[in-house]
Order: sequence, then C-alpha cells, then structure tokens
Amino acid sequence: MARRPSLLSRIFPFVFGLLVGAGLLYFFLPGPGTTAVKPAQGQPAAKAGRPAPAAQPLGATLATVRERGYLQCGVSTGLPGFSNPDDKGVWTGIDVDFCKAVAAAVFGDDSKVKYRPLNAKDRFTALQSGEVDVLSRNTTWTMSRDTSLGFNFAGVIYYDGQGFLVKKASHITSAAQLNGATICTQTGTTTELNLADYFRSQNMTYKVLPFEKNEEALSAYDNGRCDAYTTDASGLHAQRLILKNPDDHLVLPEVISKEPLGPLVRQGDPQWEDIVRWTLFALIDAEELGVTSINVDQMKASPSPEVRRMLGAEGDFGQALGLSKSWAVDAIGAVGNYGEMFERNVGVKTPLGIPRGLNALWRNGGLMFAPPIR
Amino acid sequence: MAGGKQAAAKRVMRWSWNDPHLRALVWQIAALAAVIFMLWYFAATAHANLARQHIATGFGFLDSTAGFGIVQALIPYSEEASYGRAFLVGLCNTLLVAALGTMLAVALGFAVGIARLSSNWLVAKLAAVYVETLRNIPLLLQLFFWYFAILQPLPGPRESLTLLPGVFLSNRGVVMPGVGLTGTSVSFLAVLFLAIVASFLVARYAKARRMATGERFPAGIVNIVSIIALPGLVWLIGGAPFTIEHAAMGKFDFTGGWRLLPEFLALLLGLALYTAAFIAEIVRAGIQSVGRGQTEAAHALGLSNWQTLRLVVIPQALRVIIPPLTSQILNLTKNSSLAVAIGYPDLVSVFAGTVLNQTGQAIEVIAITMGVYLVISLATSLAMNLYNARVAIVER
Repeated sequence: MARRPSLLSRIFPFVFGLLVGAGLLYFFLPGPGTTAVKPAQGQPAAKAGRPAPAAQPLGATLATVRERGYLQCGVSTGLPGFSNPDDKGVWTGIDVDFCKAVAAAVFGDDSKVKYRPLNAKDRFTALQSGEVDVLSRNTTWTMSRDTSLGFNFAGVIYYDGQGFLVKKASHITSAAQLNGATICTQTGTTTELNLADYFRSQNMTYKVLPFEKNEEALSAYDNGRCDAYTTDASGLHAQRLILKNPDDHLVLPEVISKEPLGPLVRQGDPQWEDIVRWTLFALIDAEELGVTSINVDQMKASPSPEVRRMLGAEGDFGQALGLSKSWAVDAIGAVGNYGEMFERNVGVKTPLGIPRGLNALWRNGGLMFAPPIR
Repeated sequence: MAGGKQAAAKRVMRWSWNDPHLRALVWQIAALAAVIFMLWYFAATAHANLARQHIATGFGFLDSTAGFGIVQALIPYSEEASYGRAFLVGLCNTLLVAALGTMLAVALGFAVGIARLSSNWLVAKLAAVYVETLRNIPLLLQLFFWYFAILQPLPGPRESLTLLPGVFLSNRGVVMPGVGLTGTSVSFLAVLFLAIVASFLVARYAKARRMATGERFPAGIVNIVSIIALPGLVWLIGGAPFTIEHAAMGKFDFTGGWRLLPEFLALLLGLALYTAAFIAEIVRAGIQSVGRGQTEAAHALGLSNWQTLRLVVIPQALRVIIPPLTSQILNLTKNSSLAVAIGYPDLVSVFAGTVLNQTGQAIEVIAITMGVYLVISLATSLAMNLYNARVAIVER
C-alpha cells in the first residue's frame, strides 16, 4: 500500500530554506551603528570572539606572530619584480623584500616568513580573516579600502599608475585611439574602475574582459581576444617580458590613474600597524642617511644622531614598537635600504629596467619622503 | 487506508508526556529552537567582529554606484548603475547559460544515451567513447580547452570566417545580423503567439476527437498554415515587423549586429557536453531498467522500433531517469560558476568577484550569492519533483 507523503512534508525543505535565509538577512539588514552598540548583541559575540583570529584584543598581532614563530605575508601569485617565485620556489621582489624586512624587525631573522600567494580577488578577505598578518601585494591605497574595508595602509612602497599594453601591429600609439577596443584585465582591482572612469571621461566606448588570474588575462590578450591589456605600468613592463615576443608589444605613454602601492594591515591593532609602518619608513630613511646592508654595522658608530637613533645606538625606539633595540639594523641588514631594494628588483639593471622616477628620494626629485625617527 | 482513518480519529492531543505526538512535537520545537539559536549566535558573532574591525556591514552598498563595465548585459546597464543592478546583470547571465545549457545537455544526453544502446556497433561505440572521455576529464580543463585551445586561436575579426552570409566567426565570437523592432512588431508577435496557442488547442481537440471517434483530423497541416499565414497577413498589412541590422567592421572589431561572446560559447559548450555525458548514462540506465518483455510485447503488437521507444519504453524509463536527471541539471547550474575562469560575466564573476572586491563586504555578498543559488536550485528541483510526480507510476 503506497502512502503519498503529505503536502506539508513535501514543502517543508523549501519553507525551511526560506526561514534560514530570512534569519540570516535579519541580522545584516540593520546598519552597524544601530546594532553594534547594543550590549545584547555584543555580549555573546565577545565570548565567541576567541576562535576568530580577527577578533583579537589590541596589540595581539605581534604576540600571535611571535607565538607562531613566523610572519604570514600575503603576496601576489607572480609578478616579476614585486613578488614572484623562481623555479626553486624562492620568492623575490620588492614586496617580498618588505615581508623579509618586517620579519627581520620582529624576529631578527628574515627567514621567518611564509608567503601566501593571493589573487587580487581574494587578498582582502585573506587579510580581514586573519589568514595573513600583512598584505604586501602591489595593492593600491584607496579611500574605500582604508575605511569601509577595515584596513590601514602603512605607507607607499611604489608610486605607480595604470597604463595600456598594445600590439605594435595595431599601429596604436596613444590611449586616445582605443575607442571601441576590447580590453583584458584582472578582476577585483582598481584597474577595472579606472578603465571605466577613463573611457567615460574621454567619451569613448570599450568592452572589458575581466579574468580571475593575471596569466589568463594576459594570454587572452596575447591570443588576440583583446586589443589591449591594462594594469599598473610596472606590471605592464614586467608582464611584457613573459609574452611570446616582447618586442611585438608597446606600452602606451598615457598613465590614466594614480596607483600608490603599499603594504596594509587590519584596522584595530595600532601597535602592529606602527611596526609595519616604521619598518617601511626606516628603509626609506636609511637610503636618505646612506645606511646600506653592507655598512649598517659600522654606521652604528656614526657621529650623526639621526643614524644613531635609527640604529639603536641612542635611545630605544624599538621598545616603543614592542621590538628589540636592533629592529632597524636587522631590517636593513636583511634587505638593504629602499634604494637597494628598488635597484635589485625593478631597477634599470634588472630585466624590468624601470628608472626611479617618482620613486626617487624627495632630494632627487621623487616622492619618497619618510618621517624622521626621533 | 485504515491507518489514515485511525490518525484522523486520534487527532485530539492529550497534554501528557505519555502522548507520543506531544513528545515528538516538543522535541521538534526544541531542535528548531537550537538551530535558530546557532544561526543567531553565528550572525551576532560575525556582526560584532566586523564592527570591531571597522568593516562596513549591511546591504546599503547595493545602492552605490558600481563604476565598472560588464561585457554582456541582457538588461540595460552602464557604469553609473548600482551594485544591485550589476547583481541582476550577473544573475541574468547565469540564468541564460544555465537554461540554454540544460536544454542542450538534456537533448544531447538523451540522444547519446539511446545511441549507446543502438544495435549499430559503430554508433554504440562512438557514444561510449563520448561518455567515457567527457565525464572523466575535469570540467574546468574542458572549459579551458574550449576557450583557450579552440575559440581563442581563431582568426581575428578582420580575417573572420564566414559561416553564413552575414554571420562571422572570429576570436571575438559569433557575429550575426541583429533584429530591430518596428511599429508592427508588437502586433506581429501577438498574432504569432495567439497562433501558437491556438495550434496547441487544435492539437488537443484533434487527439480528443481521434480517441472518441477514430477519425483523423489534419491538425498538423492546419497548424502550420495558421502559424505561417496569420502573422504573414499582419506583415502584408502593416509592413515588415523587423529591420535587419548587419554588422559592420569597425576599427577594432565588428560593430552593430548581435554577438555570441566566445566566453559564453565556451561555457555553454563545456557545460552542455560535460553534463550530457552524465545524462546519457542516466538515460541508458533508465531504458535498461524497463523489462525486455515490454519491448517484445510492443513488437508483438506491431509497433515499430521508434514507436516502441517513444510510447512504451521511455514513459516507463522516465520515472527512473527523472530524479538523477534533476541532480545533473542542478550540477550544471552550479558548475556555471566556473565562468569566472574564462571571463564570462556570470553571477560569481560579477557579484562574488568584482562587487565583493570593490565593497569588501564578503559576508553579505557571499550570503546573497549562496541564497541565489539555493533559490535557483530549490525552484529547479521543485519543478522537477512536480514533473516526477506526474510521470511516477501510480499504484492503484
């Protein structure tokens, strides 16, 4: 005897699904200002905060990193000059060097760092969730990332701008000739927005094809699916070298945006933010003061009070950061000063061959200007 | 049926712990409360943690300007539109590829499944090779194959292949003449729709009459004539209902006309061919589940092979086929989220990709995306369950 299931039991899964969905919605509909202050909501959350690494009390990132024994550093999946693994899996690049500098400042040992390659799309979630301690991944400093995404940028490690790569055979020599073009890019970057802004302001039309990975976007461009490829100018120079025939391609002269790239950390831990920020400043100050990876030990005996303060021979600025006296010595000893990092990874003697330009010290007409250590 | 009557008589519930109905009810309410409490607890925890990290929360971002372009939009969209609009664009793109992919996969799956049982050795082996090859290669690799190995190496737009007059194939996709609307379009389409509805009614009437009297009514011819003649009359009276807009070569690419993006084609082909391999096996299993005696009996009654298949075997096989087929259709819809790998602007690519990254509101965006897939899947399975209930064997 077959018994038909009742109507209720047949529709129950659907009703249940809707209930769960409605329940989830209920908690997110009110804005943060209305619910976050309610003690009724804060209380259970505070108890539940422990398992989530994102919810640590202030100053806890340094303790977590020390306890773990190494720094988790978010880098790109492969961008020559910035963060790129070689055939033995050794990471190099200016962003990687910065990770090493922070590890050296914290542990006195630049090898105590693990790199976590992240797509443009996933990088912010990885930092928000505490998967990485610092994101050093050619990331543009923008207002919304600083505010509504809940991050703080430590400074600028590379001043960049967005450009276009085209095939020489297309006889295009200026971005103004790109009206109607199809353009490949990586999804989840500021480039998608700059592209839209630029074409709108120039009253031109375009079609954008965003790919999840840089390699796929570049390959689509190389195959002729797109007329142009766009990303930060430094990236264009780097990625042109990966193409089948680099000489068949041309980086257009126009730079359509400001892209200040820098390392960033989560909001809410000022101590950790200070450590990352002042490591960067120390590297830039070191170039200005003539301290290099080679002479850093001799320079401790330098008569200049500025140098002596930075290198821990006078005062104890490391302690204010919660680090040792030799924090800056360790960082500079590991990767050199900012100028050394630049020339080693992206400078004119490297395959990328990028001149200092905007990234020169302020004394030499660039924008690199770090506050004094005092 | 006796059980049902008993239950009806016992509907009055005693307020005693000894009443199993009351006990069951209490436990179920307790379980439901526990689940709801867990959800509330997770939501509150996440909310407080986000607030502590100063990460924006709430759904207000859906009204902010998106500011990025989308290459294929079925509804009007521009960079000035909102994130909510971008969400709808992505959703439409997902539904489009899922709907077309399902139709193609089911049609091809049935054909291959039947072909595998063919008495023709070559046809059966070809079908077997198809199934075993396609279902054993990961879908993502197949998508890469179609996109990077087949569609991208095609010649550029200037050297494009001419498939039909006015239809061009290049690495920018398939470009075909577009159809524009004119003043008579609405009445033309309305008459066409009415003619199609009428032909369904005529077909039903013809069948009913044949059942009742045995007389044949030439429904097919009547319907074809009415579907062609009635809208044709409108065309003659009101003038052409459509304008044809040919694609022209622009500076970089074709402009005007209609276009199928290579990303769309690669995704559609990949999804349909991959899922069809699974459906073919389901169809084969369903057909083989119908007893050999059924076919022999049908042949004994003088039905042809095709009639046997259509009238005797398939209707019985369907009740075995439908439930696993539903799973495959759901899989196809969910697999369409692999679109992000080949640059097709589906829901995951546009919303859980670009929008998530621009706004940083991962929890809200992922919750919405999951909710959308859940609703699509539940709706699909509801429809398929209703269909299943219709074709299921009814025990008397």
